Amino acid sequence: MIDILKDRQNQVFEGRKDQKFEMSCDKISAAGSVSQRACVFCGSRVVLYPIADAVHLVHGPVGCAAYTWDIRGALSSGPELHRLSFSTDLKEKDVVFGGEKKLYKVLTELIDTYHPKAAFVYGTCIVGVIGDDMDAVCRTVSREKGIDVIPVHSEGFKGTKKNGYQAACTALSNIIGTGDISGIPEASLNIMGDFNVAGETWQIKSYYKRMGVNVVASITGDGRVDEIRRAHGARLNVVQCSGSMMTLAQSMKEKYNIPFIRVSYFGIEDMSKALYEVAERLGDAAMLERTKSLVQEEVAAIMPEIRYYRTKLEGARALVYTGGAFKVFSLVRSLRTLGMKTVVAGSQTGDKEDYQQLRDLCDEDTVLLDDTNPMELAKYIQEKDVDLLIGGVKERPIAYKLGVGFCDHNHERKICLAGYSGMLNFSREVYSSVCSPVWSLMPRRRKFTGGI
Amino acid sequence: MVIADMNPVPHEAARNACHLCAPLGAGMAFAGVANTLPYLHGGQGCATYIRRYTISHFREPVDIASSSFGENATVFGGKGNLFKGLNNVIKQYHPAMIGVASTCLAETIGEDVAAQIKEFYLQSDGWCPELIFAPTPSYVGSHYDGFHRAVFATVTALARAGEKKQNINILPNMISPADIRYLREMCSDFSLEATILPDYSETLDGGSWAEYHRIPEGGTLLYDIRRMGQSAATIEFNNFLEPEVSAGNYLAKTFGVTNHRIGIPVGVAAVDEFMKLLEQYSRISIPAKYIKERGRLLDSYVDGHKYVFGKRALVFGDVDFAVSIAAFLAEIGMIPIICTAGKERNLPELIKPHMQKALEFHIFEGTDFVAMGEIADKLKPDIIIGSGKGYPLARRLQVPLIRLNFPIHDRLGGTRLRCLGYGGTQELFDRVVNGLLEKQQDDSSIGHAYL
Ligand code: SF4
Ligand code: SF4
Repeated sequence: MIDILKDRQNQVFEGRKDQKFEMSCDKISAAGSVSQRACVFCGSRVVLYPIADAVHLVHGPVGCAAYTWDIRGALSSGPELHRLSFSTDLKEKDVVFGGEKKLYKVLTELIDTYHPKAAFVYGTCIVGVIGDDMDAVCRTVSREKGIDVIPVHSEGFKGTKKNGYQAACTALSNIIGTGDISGIPEASLNIMGDFNVAGETWQIKSYYKRMGVNVVASITGDGRVDEIRRAHGARLNVVQCSGSMMTLAQSMKEKYNIPFIRVSYFGIEDMSKALYEVAERLGDAAMLERTKSLVQEEVAAIMPEIRYYRTKLEGARALVYTGGAFKVFSLVRSLRTLGMKTVVAGSQTGDKEDYQQLRDLCDEDTVLLDDTNPMELAKYIQEKDVDLLIGGVKERPIAYKLGVGFCDHNHERKICLAGYSGMLNFSREVYSSVCSPVWSLMPRRRKFTGGI
Repeated sequence: MVIADMNPVPHEAARNACHLCAPLGAGMAFAGVANTLPYLHGGQGCATYIRRYTISHFREPVDIASSSFGENATVFGGKGNLFKGLNNVIKQYHPAMIGVASTCLAETIGEDVAAQIKEFYLQSDGWCPELIFAPTPSYVGSHYDGFHRAVFATVTALARAGEKKQNINILPNMISPADIRYLREMCSDFSLEATILPDYSETLDGGSWAEYHRIPEGGTLLYDIRRMGQSAATIEFNNFLEPEVSAGNYLAKTFGVTNHRIGIPVGVAAVDEFMKLLEQYSRISIPAKYIKERGRLLDSYVDGHKYVFGKRALVFGDVDFAVSIAAFLAEIGMIPIICTAGKERNLPELIKPHMQKALEFHIFEGTDFVAMGEIADKLKPDIIIGSGKGYPLARRLQVPLIRLNFPIHDRLGGTRLRCLGYGGTQELFDRVVNGLLEKQQDDSSIGHAYL
């Protein structure tokens, strides 16, 4: 039996009738529990990283940058500066005497070598402690080099990943509004919160194109500095992964009066809903018609194969654990499309509202987890007799060790899961893991796999 | 031979760093002690990043707890977090030992972690696991230094004096689980009782589970570590670690345990040296099995010598790995281009004795992947040997990459790759020769199937 730590009891809802539903979330991880979360810096880095024509410099000791080198699947159609990992590689003497000089030198050197359109400088924990004036150095270099050099205050200890999202949004709002917006058509939007993992932004863009909608900027999947400068010229912000981009969408509403909608591009239902909503907001009857036929075509193209997987997957049980909460909703729905049941669901950064919504969406007895850890995951895999875990690489071995299938739904994956073809890829992923014959050989396996 | 103008353009930034930070190495070493949970005193991010990095290589659960510093801990000190964290770990994992490593953050705010741990120990009522502390802010060096500091901390805290025994200690450096298993097999074939520290051959490379384990089975027993001061000798597979943080040196100084510092035994000459030590301490002569393995290895050297002769191999990684592999490359007539990562140690001087057989060699210290790219453009290697992170470089140069060492995130079975002993050298030699042959075949317009 695995017990839940006392410090964490309000972050686990076991779906029992006698348990009051009140999740306490937004907390810093309990010390000593092996959280699957990263830090503030991680949040900022995730959001800004796909901007491919900017230099991303991590100001701090080498590790923070080394662990984030080219691990995300965010693609670029042009420059690939984002795939390089730069660090000021602070050493003891820098910590003692301050790292500003080094930061200045490194920035100058990188800008001269790589000629980026802008530079983002991420502050890590150490910088927060030694008190480098990052802003001042960035201002100086910006003046000298004539490009935007933007400090991102993402010191790891100053909150959770969510604060990192906010820091990234603040950085972005520094460049939004600095470009020329003449000539942007009425039917135009910004894609926000899609990071072009495995080309997903391209997929979404192609739908919008067929509908006749103009994409002003993608923030930040396959992102470009000059596009983002013009983002304030769009008529609508379409926000995915609401956790990371809400603050930016809100501030753009206040500042530029651009309304926003929250969408998800995962799963047939959510994808279609997103497109219809955009058509309603931006288009006329003709666009609505175009959208209808697009949806019909796309759905018709994938349904036969999906129906087949459904016959194989009906009744299988899933545990879903992702970074943002919004994605969980889509996954629960997508799994339903495949005939599967979500028996455990959770996220690293969900808020109270998210969990309420999740509770409404899921079954009565679905276990809900906020900022969970390997022990709890293992506990519920065993107790809830799970067939599939959807999560990130850190969760994978927990599933595999216990003879349970796994589907990667994190930014590290290399398979496009958004849109209609993405739903098909997702179904294939799930099918090829849940229905693999290897589980029937594993010591702890489930009847579902058709084994003994 | 060092060619000065071959040096890459000097630079301030780390660009695609080739080394990782010290707590990662410490975590890996602690994971090789039985029933032990690694614990990082510092920010949550460090622990999670390090876990993800390690998990992606080993493809095993790797639990590393963290003090999860917030603003409060950072400003007012992390003692409260440490106590709470240790208590939570004890409650959830029931470990026999907790290996605490400090991150940059904890060290920069000036935490006296050793004192805090002592206080925790004294205030804990009743049973408390062994608490080992290794100071590992990233500026002590790289993952390599963190690894050895964790081994050092464990040995200095636990080893006790006592009646001398026949057994030996082996401190094997960051080698693969498969290499550790082979090492164990060798010792057992010599009927030699050996304490191998760390031993993550099972904890980080285990089987499928019938139920969840709080901490994976395997690892060096605390009982054995406590007796390391009573062994007849220590064999350390490293040449370049500073003597002050060498556990072998400590055991020699404190308990009079003879210390032999040899590199990682790769290549016939280096393995011979290791075998002699095993003969010496087991007092039995080398088993026929290894004489035959050695014979087959020599025979294959002959079969393959022309394919490798004069070929340039860029080998990168931490210093002991890179130099040990380079010595093997020199032994078979290849030209090593050694690129070490992490801190500089005056290597051009230090490695001379290891490169006596080399036709020619090159050495560059403290390199990152951008520097390595510049070096490669000038020296034009035919093959690259190192972790999976060498892939972008190998792809650009269109030369084979022989994956070895840590991390390998783009292939299965990184834990099963070997280079140690005659058997491991055989595996590596075959991979190098075949890598070169395959390239030759792929590049040929004819594509003979008979080479
Ligand atoms: S702060 Fe130090 S310990 Fe943490 S990831 Fe960065 S380099 Fe490693
Ligand atoms: S040092 Fe801070 S910013 Fe860097 S990885 Fe650790 S927690 Fe994150």
